[in-house]
Amino acid sequence: MDPNSLTFIFLNAALINNFVLALFLGLCPFLGVSAKRETAWNMGLATMFVMLVSSVSAYAINWMLTELEIEFLRLICYIAVIASAVQLVEMTVKKFSPALFRALGIFLPLITTNCAILGLALFQTFREYDFLQSLAFSLGAGAGFTLALMLMAGLREKLELARVPSVSRGAAMSLMLAGLLSLAFMGFAGLGGSHA
Amino acid sequence: MSALPNREEKITLDTFLRGLWEENPVFVMLLGLCPVLAVTNSTMNAIAMGLATTFVLVASSTLVSLLRRVIPKQVRIATYIIIIATFVTIVDYVIQAISLDLYNALGAFIQLIVANCVILGRAEAYASKQRVGASVVNALGMGAGFTVALLCLGTVRELLGAGTILGFQIFSANFEPWVVMILPPGGFFVLGAWLLLFEYLKQRKERKLLDSEGAIS
Amino acid sequence: MSGVEQVQEPPRTPSFAMLRTLGGVAMMAGLLVVLVFQVTKPIIEENKRIAIEKAVFRVVPGAASRKDFVLGAEGLLPAAEAQAGGETIYAAYDAQGALLGVAMEAAATGYQDVIRILYGYNPACECVTGIKVLKMAETPGLGDKIAFDPEFLKNFEALDARLAPGRDGLLNEIVAVKHGNKTAPWQVDSISGATISSKAIARMINQSGQRMFPLIMRHLDRLRAGG
Repeated sequence: MDPNSLTFIFLNAALINNFVLALFLGLCPFLGVSAKRETAWNMGLATMFVMLVSSVSAYAINWMLTELEIEFLRLICYIAVIASAVQLVEMTVKKFSPALFRALGIFLPLITTNCAILGLALFQTFREYDFLQSLAFSLGAGAGFTLALMLMAGLREKLELARVPSVSRGAAMSLMLAGLLSLAFMGFAGLGGSHA
Repeated sequence: MSALPNREEKITLDTFLRGLWEENPVFVMLLGLCPVLAVTNSTMNAIAMGLATTFVLVASSTLVSLLRRVIPKQVRIATYIIIIATFVTIVDYVIQAISLDLYNALGAFIQLIVANCVILGRAEAYASKQRVGASVVNALGMGAGFTVALLCLGTVRELLGAGTILGFQIFSANFEPWVVMILPPGGFFVLGAWLLLFEYLKQRKERKLLDSEGAIS
Repeated sequence: MSGVEQVQEPPRTPSFAMLRTLGGVAMMAGLLVVLVFQVTKPIIEENKRIAIEKAVFRVVPGAASRKDFVLGAEGLLPAAEAQAGGETIYAAYDAQGALLGVAMEAAATGYQDVIRILYGYNPACECVTGIKVLKMAETPGLGDKIAFDPEFLKNFEALDARLAPGRDGLLNEIVAVKHGNKTAPWQVDSISGATISSKAIARMINQSGQRMFPLIMRHLDRLRAGG
């Protein structure tokens, strides 16, 4: 598969190099809000949305900074823009769709501290994606994040009913589960390169 | 929190040690996990990441503490983020100047120090309320705790995954490396195992305490 | 948390204090970053230069100096003069200044992610003289052997890359074959257990070579003259 095609970029971000399970980005929300499937789903959607917005803004900023030849301010600009993008999204959603706002609840502001968003902006810059590629990349990353969150939430809901040794309750068990999921996701690795 | 507003601490040994053990950012508070898992596939990377994070932590805590009386409450988070991003950019360029190999190994994770919640957490919860001295000592402790945690993961993963530590062969040549330890799942497993160990130790201590109390009464 | 935290002299408008703080901090941040950037810039550029030089000298054995060219729509130009984009190639010379080979980058998707290599091409023997993996994310212990497995790297010490009579492509496509089945000098003997990664290397050299080698041959005189 052509490494620059939109399909490949999407699949690569969603499955092969899943942000959570292969690149360890966005672990805080992954461990924090994966206890129930419904909250996981909402968190996933909100993150995907913010990813899309910040990917577009990051693309614009990078273009501007490159034109002005002040790339060394990139990191500061990215983090400032992401923080404001989250605020903006929060206000917009609140104004136009109060129902959705209530559903997302506290998850929106939490996204600012999600390193998956900053990671997305940085990776798309390093890999020199053009505009459409950046869009495909952010959609893939968001879909992969949601998928990982949902899988984890499903597992943890089942685990509620199981009897486990008292030492392994909580974070330790979640990490072991994440390890198993990550192991399973490694099976996707061959997707891109097996044929010319 | 509101019960003790603006109580300025005296610097004690505890100010430093707290970050190492009692409030260890990784093992106890589970903060900043992304770099902990992502760059600990070798000891060298773990050390470099730990030092870089400690530098940013100490520098930003110092500045935040110095400016704590002039930063208005409403814009404090934005100010902290700008300060942190500045120091991270500096670290980024310094590491590039020291060694390109190291820079390539750590990848984007140097710049992702910005999003490490340990640093913002320290600025908000400690440095913004305490004197400079105490803030620096506390940040050093937290940084040390973070570095130790990275080392705990890095050495185990490198030893089991490649049979080496810092590149030196530890196991005999017959040792078949557990490749999975260097791969992403290994990071989750090793951190999970450390947490299990600490939880076990904690529960054993509690049980002993209970037993001895029972004996007294 | 309470009023004690506020600025000692009560500010006229709170927004003024906010602007002053944010502006002040941003200025300080900018100054610091620019300062560090200026100090480290020459060191970083020197580091990068050494890194490229090391890689070039490794894939073109015996080289002592190098010169960068850009091969693009405008033809062959020294890197400093190139305006329009193109592919950067590194011409490597021996101590007497004779052209030893040309190094260039190639990339293709491997098992996990994109693999990027630098490889050397010798126009005199029309063969590939060496490869160095610049970036990869292949499985440690399996796919990552492409970077250091001596038996595999031997493939590229004199890999046949003769041009077809029409001078517009390779006479024999460079392909990877199963481990131990190498019969011709243009075949790459795969590492067993890392077939996909091995194939990726052969594929990227083939793709890049089909396009680049005829162009290099066309500009050989300029390259020999050192631009």
